[in-house]
Amino acid sequence: MADLDEFRASVRSWLEANAPKALRGKAGDPMAAFSGGRKPIYPFPESKAWMEMMAERGWTIPFWPKEYGGGGHTREEARIINQEMARLQLPVPLAGFGITMIGPTLLQYGTEEQKQFYIPEIVWGKVRWCQGYSEPNAGSDLANIQTKAVIDGDDYIVNGQKVWTSYGDLGDRMFMLVRTNPNVKKQAGITFLLVDMLTKGIDVRPIKLISGSSPFCEVFFEDVRVPRKNVLGKVDGGWEVAKALLGHERTMIAGMGSRMTSDKTENPIEAAAKKYIGLSDGKIADSSIRERMAQIQMDESCFALTVQRNSDNMKAGHNPGPESSIFKIYGTELNQRRQELLLNIFGPECLGWEGEGFEKDELELCRTWLRSRGNTIEGGTSEIQLNIIAKRVLGLPD
Amino acid sequence: MDLVLNEEQTMLDQTAREFIKNNSPISRMRKLRDSGDPLGYSQEMWKDMAELGWTSILFSEEDGGLGLGMAEIILVAEALGRGLAPEPFLSCVMLAGQALAKGGSPELREQWLASIIEGSKVLTVAYQEKNGRYDLTRIAAKAEKTAGGWRLNGRKVQVLDGYGADAIIVSARTSGKDGEANGVTLFLVPKDTAGMTVTRQSRVDSRNVALVTLKDVEVPASNVVGEVDKGVDLLSKVIDLATIALCAEMLGGIAVAFERTLAYLKERVQYDVIIGTFQGFKHRAARMFMELELTRSVVMAAARALDENAPNKEILVSTAKARCSDAYTHIANEAVQMLGGIGMTDEEDVGFYMKRARAAEMTFGDAAYHRDRFATLKGY
Repeated sequence: MADLDEFRASVRSWLEANAPKALRGKAGDPMAAFSGGRKPIYPFPESKAWMEMMAERGWTIPFWPKEYGGGGHTREEARIINQEMARLQLPVPLAGFGITMIGPTLLQYGTEEQKQFYIPEIVWGKVRWCQGYSEPNAGSDLANIQTKAVIDGDDYIVNGQKVWTSYGDLGDRMFMLVRTNPNVKKQAGITFLLVDMLTKGIDVRPIKLISGSSPFCEVFFEDVRVPRKNVLGKVDGGWEVAKALLGHERTMIAGMGSRMTSDKTENPIEAAAKKYIGLSDGKIADSSIRERMAQIQMDESCFALTVQRNSDNMKAGHNPGPESSIFKIYGTELNQRRQELLLNIFGPECLGWEGEGFEKDELELCRTWLRSRGNTIEGGTSEIQLNIIAKRVLGLPD
Repeated sequence: MDLVLNEEQTMLDQTAREFIKNNSPISRMRKLRDSGDPLGYSQEMWKDMAELGWTSILFSEEDGGLGLGMAEIILVAEALGRGLAPEPFLSCVMLAGQALAKGGSPELREQWLASIIEGSKVLTVAYQEKNGRYDLTRIAAKAEKTAGGWRLNGRKVQVLDGYGADAIIVSARTSGKDGEANGVTLFLVPKDTAGMTVTRQSRVDSRNVALVTLKDVEVPASNVVGEVDKGVDLLSKVIDLATIALCAEMLGGIAVAFERTLAYLKERVQYDVIIGTFQGFKHRAARMFMELELTRSVVMAAARALDENAPNKEILVSTAKARCSDAYTHIANEAVQMLGGIGMTDEEDVGFYMKRARAAEMTFGDAAYHRDRFATLKGY
């Protein structure tokens, strides 16, 4: 314990001395995280220096092995670094699918050569990764993917289409699922491929959403040559790798939960209710809104506590319990309920789309609300999540 | 605060579950109900539970207890809730026992706590009045000063395990107006004190509850529990502890109602298939499971917050009680619905859980009450 206290003290003093002053207090801003890449978008002028000084110490991903550029720290030490960043309200130095999804999967399934090649460029924010899973006929039924990869010498030739690719237009590399064997059970003929987005034959088209923004793309593949050495895991063994990656994604969601609970800034719902509705005798003047606020905050707390219970269980050396299966569905529904409550708190002001007569927060809420409707669809719809709980956790028959 | 059981807690949890499974199936509670047993619980069973140490968990070693905390209490209470065991855990250990432990004079503690811990005497607290809902300050019962003590007049309702109790701690107004927190005092009134009549009430959950009438009841000043006029402060602290014990009991009931439903979905055949294959049931079962998991987390957290005297302990108590109230009624309703006609029969056990869900919901404040308290504590 004393060692950890010492470690914490050293992290604290280093951050105090070095973390850019302009970034302190920016942690709450969802746009504050830098996602890396060949076409970098720095949220703040200091973001580049912040990422680089952290990467230098291996602190962009503190618990990854040192030999690939990580910090080589224990989970406990990594948590301390996180907490100390949170103390100064610093944004994470680097975010993205490289860190949360493909990185851990590469460490698990990659050959030594693949790890040496891909991991350091993630740690240093040099490339941005995107995910090529969904297709027009493979949404909830993901194993139904049809994008084909056929061997030609040292390469695969890839043909087909991916859809709902988050930030496909900004991605430098894609991890994707391709069909390498059409003659076996759906799951048994899928291979996991790593593809450079600059390869000839790839066409990326953004999709405009109901919120007006285009965070997703369609990606078309026409005779795209991908070296055979870019297979992660076994040929036709991609389904296992794909599921492992989703497991890492879930761990990341759990981590976000624990970060949320340490956040001491004023609750945005309370602030909005005080501004738009006001108090009467010290209480929010609309009693039905007041009760909904309490309900949401209670549910948020129960959810955060469940995430904590799951992580405490694992820390104590137990296997992850069935409680982790509820994170995706409950977390996303909670966010939608939060957005909807905010709509009712803002009242007619929430309807602003753009331009005059609306405040920045009001315009943002309208878009955030619309965007949140996708939360229960993307990454496995709520209906699929319920099926999974019913089957895997409750043992209900097909 | 770690939301995980340590080795000792794991053992206590397993022993308690085993004991209830082997000694207190629902059939026992059913028999107590059907025989019209006025006590509604078994004194022998209560002694056995005391011998297992369940009554001593929360009392200090000085008072003859084990000096453990709510983190341990909830394990026992959950086991009791699984079997709907009607023994006077909540009334005697959590309410009267804690009121005495926290506010009783050395003499009162000396006189009563040992027998509570032994399981030989049952005490309770009479805090509820007709139409008082969940407000501890809406008290019509009055206490007037006399030469040697106090004279009590009033009427208390649904006093938990009041029938047959060896002593009842009664709240009465000693000063101030109805609805004011200040001016309420707690008095310990031993059984058979002249002027106190205790009548068994019959309630939907078959638990022992009683009507307590006080007519010119004389008690000595030494029977005041806590400070004169400060009874609501003491009672609130005690009820927060008891609320989490009740929440754990509810958690046990939720778990069993859910397990029973799940088992039924896996055995019942209609249209030549097991009905658990229908998505209409699967999704609802999955949602019930989510409720159960969230409920378990907050009950564990609230118990630990009370043990650590954390600044947000009251907020967590209200969060837990609101969630348990909603989850228990929701899951019990679903259980009855999914069991279909069987669920409506008295022969099937889930009905007992649905009845208990409502009684527990309306003890120490329902979900709406606790959402209101939560909002007030949060400053909005």
